[in-house]
Amino acid sequence: MLFEALKLVLDPYVLGVILGSAVFGLFVGAVPGLTATMATALLVPVTFFMEPVPAIASIVTATAMAIFAGDIPSCLLRMPGTPASAAYTDEAYAMTRKGQGELALGAGLVFSVIGGLFGTAVLILAAPALAEVALRFSSFEYFWLVVLGLLCAVFIALANPLKGVVSLLLGLLVACVGLDNPAGFPRFTFGNAELAGGLTLIPIMIGMFAVSEILRGVARIDEPWEMARAQIGNVFRGMWGLTLRYKVPVLRGSALGTAIGVLPGAGADIAAWMSYAVSKKFSKEPEKFGTGHVEGIVEAGASNNSALAGAWVPALVFGIPGDSITAIVIGVLYIKGLNPGPSIFMENATAIYAIFMVFILANLLLLPLGIAAIKSAKQLLRAPRHALMPVILLFCIVGSFAINNSVFGVVLMLAFGLIAYFMEENGFPVAPAILGMVLGAMLEEHFIRAMIRGDGELVAFVQRPIAAGLAAAVLMVLAWPVAAWLLRRKR
Amino acid sequence: MTGAALVALAAAILWHVQGFPEMPGQRFGPAWFPGVLATGLGGCGLLLIVSGARERGPWLTLPDWFRRSRPLFGVASVILGLLFYVLAADKLGFHLVGVALLTIWIRVLGGSWRAAVAVAIVATVLIHLSFYKLLRIPLPWGLLERYAF
Repeated sequence: MLFEALKLVLDPYVLGVILGSAVFGLFVGAVPGLTATMATALLVPVTFFMEPVPAIASIVTATAMAIFAGDIPSCLLRMPGTPASAAYTDEAYAMTRKGQGELALGAGLVFSVIGGLFGTAVLILAAPALAEVALRFSSFEYFWLVVLGLLCAVFIALANPLKGVVSLLLGLLVACVGLDNPAGFPRFTFGNAELAGGLTLIPIMIGMFAVSEILRGVARIDEPWEMARAQIGNVFRGMWGLTLRYKVPVLRGSALGTAIGVLPGAGADIAAWMSYAVSKKFSKEPEKFGTGHVEGIVEAGASNNSALAGAWVPALVFGIPGDSITAIVIGVLYIKGLNPGPSIFMENATAIYAIFMVFILANLLLLPLGIAAIKSAKQLLRAPRHALMPVILLFCIVGSFAINNSVFGVVLMLAFGLIAYFMEENGFPVAPAILGMVLGAMLEEHFIRAMIRGDGELVAFVQRPIAAGLAAAVLMVLAWPVAAWLLRRKR
Repeated sequence: MTGAALVALAAAILWHVQGFPEMPGQRFGPAWFPGVLATGLGGCGLLLIVSGARERGPWLTLPDWFRRSRPLFGVASVILGLLFYVLAADKLGFHLVGVALLTIWIRVLGGSWRAAVAVAIVATVLIHLSFYKLLRIPLPWGLLERYAF
């Protein structure tokens, strides 16, 4: 079976797709204002016409490249290429100003690869093991799992949980539209045939992640980009020394990043912020942080790439996305007939192992291609924004149209692009809304099914041991903000 | 402001779901789930109104790009352009609308006329080749139907 999977990956067509998406991902990641999630949303219409393995491979590769490439403008422009680099942008820029741009970029690259490989190893080992347990799950367990996932997205690492809850509820309401509910009753369709099928997720995602970013980019088109000068020679110089010196931070960053990736709703950007903070806290020289010190970049750089792979664990095993990228991926998996769930590891084992191999390959490919991207960074960042934004916008139009060959997709894209723009400008996070849209149907369906099985008795929800454990976890997540608030009052 | 809008939305949903049918023999019909969500949304809206009133900030703040011409025209042209595409693409066809929109957008965002037209035509042709030819997506031809290739 491993051999068959290898044959799937080494197919010249698949390798070509991987290479093409790698270049695409590096470009999208390196241009500030274009994010890894946007790269995924834009890839979906193209993957529509591919076999399952190359389709998923293109997304895996493009996102791994994009998260690293986000470090490049951090060093040179003091602007994060993707939100995942924002945590250490000031630090990286300070290093460039001190003449250590080469070291900062090299560390970003090498420790991205290490973090990515660590996350991949966890994914390969943990996902099948978790699936063994999940095979015995019933609607009760799934209900609690979805609730837990939704609550994690709202309460962990968000400054304002109230706005997170609003975002989540709006997402769940969007999921209510259409015929696809346990009763089969057309809700909120107003007699419109396009609405009866429910709101298609891909145009919504293109709107929320691409159109809203373009609006933001257009609103800031006046601000000039100033590039710092950096001499870049051999980016690997001194990397071995760094690895030996910062063994513990690298491991800690990779482990924390993977864990945050696994948690639903929190992805690479939150992983980088938390790892940077942890790194400063445990560092022997915390006073150097912020002045151009490489330690935080090492730890957070490993962390954001490991989060990418970690997010695939709940996505593959339960169909619950670990971050906004896998929220889109789950849609692609369903389209490709690779329905996520514990049985995917038996029914589609070859395809899954092929995807694991692509993860390894993509992270290894990051080394040579990352160097090429660093070397050509100056040309990459000179791409004229006033031409780039409109072309991407036309690409978005075609992409949203292509899903159902209907102009209604473009309407959805525009509407949700505006909604996402206004939400983010007013401090409402977008990720919980996405999670709500993806999980809304699953939540309602498992609740109704569990109610039918339990004869309408709420006690049935906590009678099975795993269900009770998950329910306790839900209570703990709910108690967390209250406890934090009480602690703050005490001080 | 946002809070008030949320309360209004929640009220509208609650009123709308009253018309949903009951499921025979079950406590939870199709109105139940949206009803719970709308109730929660209304509650959050009220909390937002309360916290907003406590801060005593202005009711509505405009972002600063609203006062600069290029970003303002840029954002307006993006929104109006997309609306125009939705309304006109089927009649005029993807190719005409695509070239026109790209030219206007690039021009508004600060490109020269020559660059705008050149990029617009090249990009539209590339999208035609990759999406229409390679991926077989039926982009509408509209007025150019006779010259379809």
